[in-house]
Amino acid sequence: MTKVLMSGNDAVVEGAIRAGLECYFGYPITPQNEVIAGMAARLPGLGRVFLQSESELAAISMVHGAAAAGRRAMTTSSSPGISLMQEGISYIAGTQLPAVIVNVQRGGPGLGNISPAQGDYFQATRGGGNGDYHCIVLAPQSAQEMLDYTFQAFDLADQYRTPVIVLADGRLGQMMEPVELRDPPAKKRVEKPWALTGAKGRPGHYTCSLLLPVPELAEHNRRLQKVYREIERREPRGEAYQTADAALVFVGYGTCARLCREAVDLLRDEGLKAGLFRPITLWPFPSKKLAASLPKARTLAVAELSAAGQMLQDVRLATSDRLPIEFLGYAGGEAPSVKGLVAFGRKLLKKPAKKSMAKEKR
Amino acid sequence: MNATEKKVFARTPVLRPTITHYCPGCGHGIVHRLVAEAIEHYELRERMICVAPVGCAVLAYKYIDVDMSEAAHGRAPAVATGIKRARPDLFVMTYQGDGDLAAIGTAEIVHAANRGENLSVIFVNNAVYGMTGGQMAPTTLLGQKTVTTPAGRSDKLEGPPIRVCEMLATLDGPSYVARVTVNNPANIRKARQAIFTAFNRQIEGKGFSLVEVLSPCPTYWRLPPRKAAEAVESWMTKTFPLGVYKDKEAADGKVA
Repeated sequence: MTKVLMSGNDAVVEGAIRAGLECYFGYPITPQNEVIAGMAARLPGLGRVFLQSESELAAISMVHGAAAAGRRAMTTSSSPGISLMQEGISYIAGTQLPAVIVNVQRGGPGLGNISPAQGDYFQATRGGGNGDYHCIVLAPQSAQEMLDYTFQAFDLADQYRTPVIVLADGRLGQMMEPVELRDPPAKKRVEKPWALTGAKGRPGHYTCSLLLPVPELAEHNRRLQKVYREIERREPRGEAYQTADAALVFVGYGTCARLCREAVDLLRDEGLKAGLFRPITLWPFPSKKLAASLPKARTLAVAELSAAGQMLQDVRLATSDRLPIEFLGYAGGEAPSVKGLVAFGRKLLKKPAKKSMAKEKR
Repeated sequence: MNATEKKVFARTPVLRPTITHYCPGCGHGIVHRLVAEAIEHYELRERMICVAPVGCAVLAYKYIDVDMSEAAHGRAPAVATGIKRARPDLFVMTYQGDGDLAAIGTAEIVHAANRGENLSVIFVNNAVYGMTGGQMAPTTLLGQKTVTTPAGRSDKLEGPPIRVCEMLATLDGPSYVARVTVNNPANIRKARQAIFTAFNRQIEGKGFSLVEVLSPCPTYWRLPPRKAAEAVESWMTKTFPLGVYKDKEAADGKVA
């Protein structure tokens, strides 16, 4: 199939339209503006809904409404805008509505800057808004995956009646790459008997997260947790690359996975045993797969566009701190260079085994 | 009922046969009834979605038997916009209070109105936050004592109350904006007519309409129900005059 050169942001538009997106609501913010412009250019001609909202608060609430009416609905934004959407995402999760949210992350905290970052990992994977809930979080690493994962996000959202976040960054949004315009394998469209359609021949439905009686909200939360356990069983995705004999295993998602993979190839060219584990779902985090991908690992190196080390915490949990972890954190738009990652790996792997055993120091 | 008795008043079928949580003398029950009558009149029950607010009417779905959606506090016009854009074939309305619509949801109501979104908004203004316990509302009157303005609302400290109808009437978007009250039978009849007009605008595809209903809150005005009902006219309408503030369909372009 022929490929088309396009940005990751344009690939999001393509993936969403192919998935049957019916209603898009958004508010401009850099670096995801190509998405809202692409939606404005294409959706009306397809007879689908495009509306620029007055704020991100309104955008996610419009998604809430369209999803409650049974439509495939989405919004896209970048970090500060996604923060504003946390209110609506919590309501959507609490109401068990399907929705897709794409976060093309930028530097923070606050207004930060418009450079690529991965500082919203905790917000995306821990719920983000108030209450006990999770969103499924998919982490693309290329323009192709921006298309593919956006497409898949709609199926997952419908299947589990939950918001799904595609967690990208400004680099993935802006970078142009060849993209195959394809429909990834789709799941069977699920019925939506809960949707608001007008109470024809039945009592009125109410879609809500409000349950004032204690037993009802307790039961609702147990029901939600049951769904989350099912997602944790069925949906974790991650890729292990050259890890079977690797002494050093990089762990990175999205942009960082791309950079680390290139570094692994170059280290392998030098005969050094480096590998990469790349989480694809950030929630549920592919903990078992990661733990099983480290048979010979002596050290892990977590690379993130985050100063604090957010995914780092999930890697620690997945490995129960059994292995020493080097943290390679970048912020404000800085990112590792492949050259720098290779030098780091070379230094670590060429060290005499004994001295590299930071584990013993712990 | 024997042969000589004629039933002249009954519960409307759109209202569920249940007891509401509203306080004695509150206007919400009357407004619910008027909304239900309009739903029946236009035969909307099976082809409509209502968006409930956060506030005293948060439980409206328990009383009005139609499809309903929740909205975060103030976001009802945005949720309703999402629904209406998704299902333009359905009748869509919001039911909101003064804190919901005129404080936290100011952006959403202004922009839904300005887009001329084909929605009907019922805005119940009782000049106080009832659900949370009597705090100052954006529409609290100057001098009015609330738990957060114990000395009375001051022009200097909190600013004067917001007049929603007057504000929205400056926009080109809305089709119909009116302020009514339900404090006595004569005014209830006028309120009913305004709600019918608002619903009709949407049905005819004329766009956004809003009916502000001044409603007594005996509990947090600290007045007996009868006195609270009287106070709506003697006190509240001084700041919030009744009338039609915008009517794009008025024959001479003027409003009453």
